[in-house]
Amino acid sequence: MTASPVPIRPNEKPPVAKIMTLALSPKTGSPRRFPQWLTSLAAHVVPPVITLVFLLVLWEILCSSPTASVPPPSRVVSETWELIAHPFYAGQGVDQGLFWHILASLKRVALGYCLAAVAGIALGTLVGQSEWAMRGLDPIFQVLRTVPPLAWLPLSLAAFKDGNPSAIFVIFITAIWPIIINTAVGIRNIPQDYQNVARVLRLNQFEYFTKIMIPAAAPYIFTGLRIGIGLSWLAIVAAEMLIGGVGIGFFIWDAWNSSRISDIILALIYVGIVGYLLDRAIAFVARTVTRNTASA
Amino acid sequence: MSKPYLSLEQIDMVFSRGGASTQVLNQVSLSVEKGEFISIIGHSGCGKSTLLNIVAGLTQATRGVVFLEGTVVDTPGPDRAVVFQNHSLLPWLTVYENVKLAVDKVFSSSKSRAERHEWTMRNLELVQMVHARDKRPSEVSGGMKQRVGIARALAMEPKVLLLDEPFGALDALTRAHLQDQVMQIHTELANTVLMITHDVDEAVLLSDRIVMMTNGPSARIGEILDVPLVRPRRRIELAADATYIRCRSSVLKFLYERHRLVEAA
Ligand SMILES: Nc1ncnc2c1ncn2[C@@H]1O[C@H](COP(=O)(O)OP(=O)(O)OP(=O)(O)O)[C@@H](O)[C@H]1O
Ligand SMILES: [Mg+2]
Repeated sequence: MTASPVPIRPNEKPPVAKIMTLALSPKTGSPRRFPQWLTSLAAHVVPPVITLVFLLVLWEILCSSPTASVPPPSRVVSETWELIAHPFYAGQGVDQGLFWHILASLKRVALGYCLAAVAGIALGTLVGQSEWAMRGLDPIFQVLRTVPPLAWLPLSLAAFKDGNPSAIFVIFITAIWPIIINTAVGIRNIPQDYQNVARVLRLNQFEYFTKIMIPAAAPYIFTGLRIGIGLSWLAIVAAEMLIGGVGIGFFIWDAWNSSRISDIILALIYVGIVGYLLDRAIAFVARTVTRNTASA
Repeated sequence: MSKPYLSLEQIDMVFSRGGASTQVLNQVSLSVEKGEFISIIGHSGCGKSTLLNIVAGLTQATRGVVFLEGTVVDTPGPDRAVVFQNHSLLPWLTVYENVKLAVDKVFSSSKSRAERHEWTMRNLELVQMVHARDKRPSEVSGGMKQRVGIARALAMEPKVLLLDEPFGALDALTRAHLQDQVMQIHTELANTVLMITHDVDEAVLLSDRIVMMTNGPSARIGEILDVPLVRPRRRIELAADATYIRCRSSVLKFLYERHRLVEAA
């Protein structure tokens, strides 16, 4: 998965896109449909491109003096051209193309995040459903969730005696809290009406869980999942700086140690894009799964 | 068999929270014959929903029992299907799936997959909602939602159909239309129906008997009125019918003269 085309960064693009679509759609549907569609596409693409070009030019000007400590974009590209052009390069040890570094990070995130999703939804369901589980567990959750992700790393290194599982554990423990809390809130907010329907139909525990509880709480659960993926990606970069090995976090740390500032900048851009895509991916899944479930 | 089809015997309901307790229902007894259409009317807050929920099994009575065909009922079940005041359709399912969920559950062993589909469609036809079968509840009007709610309840083939102010939130035209549909369905299927309402005309038009409740707290059944109008009934003809007018005015008298709503503290 090369992220080379469409380096569109700004986060404010999706809402703008939505608003534009809404504003334009009533006017479409006439014979001039196609040009209108093009216009709206241009309206979405042109502003971010302009902003991007403006920022690049500004950066170029500000950093063009030979004494500048940060290289201008032109020098970043020329210095990192090897990395950009050969993302799939496979060398010895940590000497890998950027694709492999990002893939290694993504693998850790995927594993830790999936574990967090399963455990978080399960624990959230428990806490949301049972008054006693909530009283018992909620204070503990509230305390533990404030522990910064990296503070878990030494403890998990001591426990697992290996960098990789420790990093995965850090992802797990980072992502799980918002998932637990949002799931619990979602479950606790299931309207009494739906429970009555389930009781009249005599749904059993399993049917109630799959047919009522999960769909009713889905919007909340996905909010938790989306916060969780963002935190995971934040935490993995930091954790990898400390554990070493292949991974985008260690790549950045390694580049810093050998004063390759341009490499760091390139890596940051990739990290941003991947984080953005992860967020979009979860948002997309959420939209597909919970489509039309806004309460009637 | 001397026992009636559905009977409520000396139902008391006391809600207690902390130290304070309020008696909502006081010695409510009622016998319903099979196929009867009963309306329960009374001022807001007197305990009509509470009574219906006790029959449904959703609420446990403090004292007293409900018998259905000679057996005590104290848990909810599809033999006493409820149409809730606010439709209570599941918003993530389509109109068809909402009804199908009930059909699949109730007839999981007694009907084949194809038969369950047929039966779902048949009940959607009864309330004329086939055209919107693939719409979600949020995409249909309030009256349509209520019709789907009725279809879902009918699809369970309940022994007793419980309606909690089914048309309360609807405009007068839609309401009249649905009343006609419910009458039609009742004629066709001869269900036993218990319906809560605020609307005197609705009660007289639809019911065989009207149960009038006194004001809470400690509401009782104040009076039970027989409505000896022949079926099928047509609302336009009834407007001038002497029996209709007499029934209507005796319900109005009960509600607005003898048991006027006094502002409860
Ligand atoms: N769970 C409960 N706990 C305590 N009090 C309750 C509870 N449910 C109902 N009540 C009380 O019981 C009384 C009757 O309520 P109910 O909902 O049965 O009235 P209702 O006749 O259906 O009114 P409406 O016509 O407005 O729907 C009310 O005073 C209400 O406050
Ligand atoms: Mg009520």
